[in-house]
Amino acid sequence: MRWPIFLARRLAALAAVLLVASFLVYGLLYTVPGGPMSFLLGNRSGTPEQIAAIRHQYHLDQPFLVRYFSWLGDALHGDFGQSLVYRQDVSDLMSTRLTTTGLLVLYATGIIVVAGVALGLLGALRRGPVDTVVSAVNSVFLATPPFVVGVVLVVVFALGLGWFPVFGPGTGFGDRLYHLTLPAIALSLGSVGFLARITRASVGEELGREHVETARSRGLPESHIVRRHVLRNASIPVVTVTGLTVAGLIAGSVVVENIFALDGLGSLLVRAILQRDFAVVQGVVLVLVTAFVIVNLVVDLCYSLIDPRLSPGEAA
Amino acid sequence: MSEDLLVLDRLRLEVPAGRRQWRTLVDDVSLTVAPGEAVGLVGESGSGKSMTARSVLRLTPPGARLGGRISFDDTSVLELGTRELRALRARRIAMIFQEPRAHINPVRSIGDFLTEAQITNLSASPKQAHAKAVRLLADVGITDGERRMRQHPHELSGGLLQRVMIASVLAAEPDLVLADEPTTALDVTTQSEVMAVLDELRRDRGMAMLLITHDIGLAAATCDRIGVMYAGRIVEVQSAEALTESPRHPYSRGLLSSRPSLDRVVHPLPVVPGRAVAAFEAEEGCAFAPRCAVSTPECSAVRPPLRAVDGAHVACIRAEEP
Amino acid sequence: MRTRLGPTGLAAVALLAVIAVVSTCAPLLAPYDPDRPDLLNALAGSTGSHLLGGDALGRDILSRLMFGARTTLLGPLITIALSTVVGTALAITAAWSGGRVDAVISRLLDVLFAVPGIVFALVTVAVLGPGMTGVVIGLSVAYMPYVARVVRSAALRERNLPYVAAAWLQGRSAVAICWRHLLPNLRPLIVAQSVSAFGFAIIDLAAISFLGLGVQPPSADWGLMVKSGLDGAMRGRPMEAISAGVLIVVVVVAVTALGDRLGSRQGGAR
Repeated sequence: MRWPIFLARRLAALAAVLLVASFLVYGLLYTVPGGPMSFLLGNRSGTPEQIAAIRHQYHLDQPFLVRYFSWLGDALHGDFGQSLVYRQDVSDLMSTRLTTTGLLVLYATGIIVVAGVALGLLGALRRGPVDTVVSAVNSVFLATPPFVVGVVLVVVFALGLGWFPVFGPGTGFGDRLYHLTLPAIALSLGSVGFLARITRASVGEELGREHVETARSRGLPESHIVRRHVLRNASIPVVTVTGLTVAGLIAGSVVVENIFALDGLGSLLVRAILQRDFAVVQGVVLVLVTAFVIVNLVVDLCYSLIDPRLSPGEAA
Repeated sequence: MSEDLLVLDRLRLEVPAGRRQWRTLVDDVSLTVAPGEAVGLVGESGSGKSMTARSVLRLTPPGARLGGRISFDDTSVLELGTRELRALRARRIAMIFQEPRAHINPVRSIGDFLTEAQITNLSASPKQAHAKAVRLLADVGITDGERRMRQHPHELSGGLLQRVMIASVLAAEPDLVLADEPTTALDVTTQSEVMAVLDELRRDRGMAMLLITHDIGLAAATCDRIGVMYAGRIVEVQSAEALTESPRHPYSRGLLSSRPSLDRVVHPLPVVPGRAVAAFEAEEGCAFAPRCAVSTPECSAVRPPLRAVDGAHVACIRAEEP
Repeated sequence: MRTRLGPTGLAAVALLAVIAVVSTCAPLLAPYDPDRPDLLNALAGSTGSHLLGGDALGRDILSRLMFGARTTLLGPLITIALSTVVGTALAITAAWSGGRVDAVISRLLDVLFAVPGIVFALVTVAVLGPGMTGVVIGLSVAYMPYVARVVRSAALRERNLPYVAAAWLQGRSAVAICWRHLLPNLRPLIVAQSVSAFGFAIIDLAAISFLGLGVQPPSADWGLMVKSGLDGAMRGRPMEAISAGVLIVVVVVAVTALGDRLGSRQGGAR
């Protein structure tokens, strides 16, 4: 199998999954007790004429499947309908907030990769007491929910020491990053612990491999062996886990944005759920799911690039 | 000053086994290899032959303890610092491993494998290293070297990979090659080809070789002298012809007679009865005594030392008997 | 059996047992009514009568922590029970039937994998309204595919073992073989898997309660206490938020350690 066919197959599978997932998301919101009308009317009670008008405006008088496909068609063009609460296009609401969430997730990814791999390497290459301490720290990181980390960070670094701003997104790129530092740490800590664990296990296993013994027998410097042989080979599981974690961050950002009062997709989603603003819920969930699935696909492609044995160019 | 390239003197290797316990894998091994000479080290699995070879490069399991003396070209290997040890491994002694598929990094190309050490250790330019690698591949019988250089280990057969491994060893132009069962993992048909390539190229370049094998016939065909190991000790050393003609130790006789021969059909094939033991499992006295057909009560009392008998060195109290 | 958990595993079991007993007997052990406000004790520090002080409404924090353990741990417990039962049933059906049934179930799981757990729970909350029911249902569905994937591959291995064929040849029914033979053999794996998932469920449920979409006030819940304690923390009284947060971390560390022990024992047995 060659690359184009391989890619085409993966993209087709991705499209199929997204289609079913979008149907699920769209359909679920129609199973609400009272149906979509209870959303639209809220607590008001309308006259039959008003109800009919609303039904027509939102195409509720058409069959479900027709409505679904017209919604999907519009969504593919970037039109997710109108928010009932904000009286704005959902796509406009999302696009301004996408940057905040995107930056937050990217920032957290950076922290996870750097700190996770560094801690994992530290544990794997310096066995003994260092390893024990690092492992214990990892377990605590792993067990601490982002919202608890967030609260601790706010109390210690924002309120106590005053090093960081407490809330808000900031203006300008540098200031934004500064404002996003605590949220990004809160978001990434658990995944740092996880990635460190995987890195340690994977590097430890690779260090004991026969081909590393060959490299040693050839008198190559230990640092060269670690760089050229151990890290490259150990990076396969590390890349997978990083990908899965980044996908998880997309969901985790919902919680962290809420603590730090960041106006991102997550806080938009939570508000929309509380206000029963279903067009926004559908839109945001679809975007989150799409991002999640795409990240997973990219991870799969990375595999094939790192490990020649999995490359689609090979007749395996 | 010694005329030998490699001198092992009462070498002992122990590995940790739990709390303050040690397991002896190699015990009191003395052996020499002269420049350009091929010496075979023969024994069953667990006899310590492979660990003896690894000890020469100090490629021992983590936490292992080496005793005795290893002298290479009059320098003491066990006293070398990290830097000198790396230099020794890089330029003077090279090792060929049993399982080329496991011992060559699967995610790097053949070209990477062949040029890496040249570039890092010998400061060759990538271009020089590449050209030399292709030449060496031709030497070991791989004609389409340019294409092979771009391939990855999983695209080559075991026999080809072992040729690649041999080429990589030749690239360093070492004085001594340690070959640890270089053909055991290969198909029978490719075994002799690979061994012939290794033997010929080694002779051409005047490299000495320590060949580790369980196949006493293979050792006899390629080596000048042969040492037989049992339970972490050397039980007999002789020239290859003398050993095959008149083995002195009962264990050597057992190894020789348990090989199927093409000229004679023997039914059933004689075997050495019992199970081979490792050094740490051996009891008092001669470690081979429990399996020996000619053992006497005296054999189990005192461990027989290696002593000269008619030009051979044998560790058996009944070595003089025909 | 139990000694093989090692000292860490035993410590984890002991800690979880203490918490289970304290939360069950909370009405007997708690010094105060967890829901009764006492304005004199509002945001008060630690005193002799209120060991951990009071929250913003003056409710006794220690009592609220004791009662809060119930909702904090019961939700994840139900979530794991639901996802494990449904996931195992689907997995064994898929592995046993093979062919088209397996293909359909596997594709269904692929779709569920495409939706992150918390997002799925938020969607069900959007449908059913804020509260524990929606969250538990959503998370159960979201966790189910992870259980199903692990159990399915183990069940496939197990199904091909000779003893299954032997039972089949003896004329046992498929259901009987699955129930009497397959399931008991998979049990250690399923237990290890659900203990580990329990840790994640605690974190996810507490997070959703923290967002105000799970357990509703005035109920005591550790996730909710971190949220309501945030105001106190801003005013220099972080006791409520910190104590609830620390308890969550301690319980999850214990659960994860236990899960690891069970998991590695499982691995060692193979």
